[in-house]
Amino acid sequence: MTPNTGRESPTSGDPLDGADPVGEVLAALVDPTRRRVLDAVATRGQATATVLAAELPVSRQAVVKHLAVLDRAGLVEGHRAGREVRYAVRSERLADTARWMARVAAEWDDRLATIKRLAESGDP
Amino acid sequence: MVPEQIEREVVIAAPPERVWAILTEPGHLDQWFTNAGADVDLRPGGAIRYRWKEHGEFHAVIEALEPPRRFAWRWALAAGAAPVDGNSTQVEMTLAPEGAGTRLRVVERGFDDLDLPESEQAQHVKDNVEGWQGGLTAAKAYLEATAA
Repeated sequence: MTPNTGRESPTSGDPLDGADPVGEVLAALVDPTRRRVLDAVATRGQATATVLAAELPVSRQAVVKHLAVLDRAGLVEGHRAGREVRYAVRSERLADTARWMARVAAEWDDRLATIKRLAESGDP
Repeated sequence: MVPEQIEREVVIAAPPERVWAILTEPGHLDQWFTNAGADVDLRPGGAIRYRWKEHGEFHAVIEALEPPRRFAWRWALAAGAAPVDGNSTQVEMTLAPEGAGTRLRVVERGFDDLDLPESEQAQHVKDNVEGWQGGLTAAKAYLEATAA
């Protein structure tokens, strides 16, 4: 939730006017537990909710909910395998997610670099 | 691959006291963070107003103040909103002496504490879309292109 400082120019000036798929993707990305679920699916290639719950500090029920949100957002897709659903990452959107988080972190890098320059410049 | 919090650090060839001033004094803040000024009530529990020309005024509250070692504040997602549990993230800055210099570490966390309904959360993000930097704008353009 880092308001930028105007250094980066947007690639598009279009307003977000109620496009639900966009809203769902953004909401899906806000929750770090959900990002961990996504990360775990990516690491395994494909996984069921049961497998993910064993790996993460959340209940299977919570994992199922997170997967549903990720699915709606188009970040994962599920295929029924017997009694369970096997999820795989839709890699193009995960790459986009990772890129986005990297940019947020990069903004802090920019700020820290500026702080460093200011502190070392010796100006009062 | 996808971090659950933002965590960054830098080593600075200046003493912690000098870095502390840059992190906390409004005169310095406009040079690395805000671009339309800031009001900082520098005491535990004190209020901060960070202002950007394009995004408005963001309210924060100081949660830890240990000069010149630790400075933590919680800020709301939305411009103009008071930061409370469920609508805000925490930025924590720690300064550790390293030789004659300072190791400055910044962690932004608390995204998992957001307890807004899914739809409202999405709305907040939309409201702040400009605040999510070019990366998000690119994501938006990408998603809209693939949705079309």
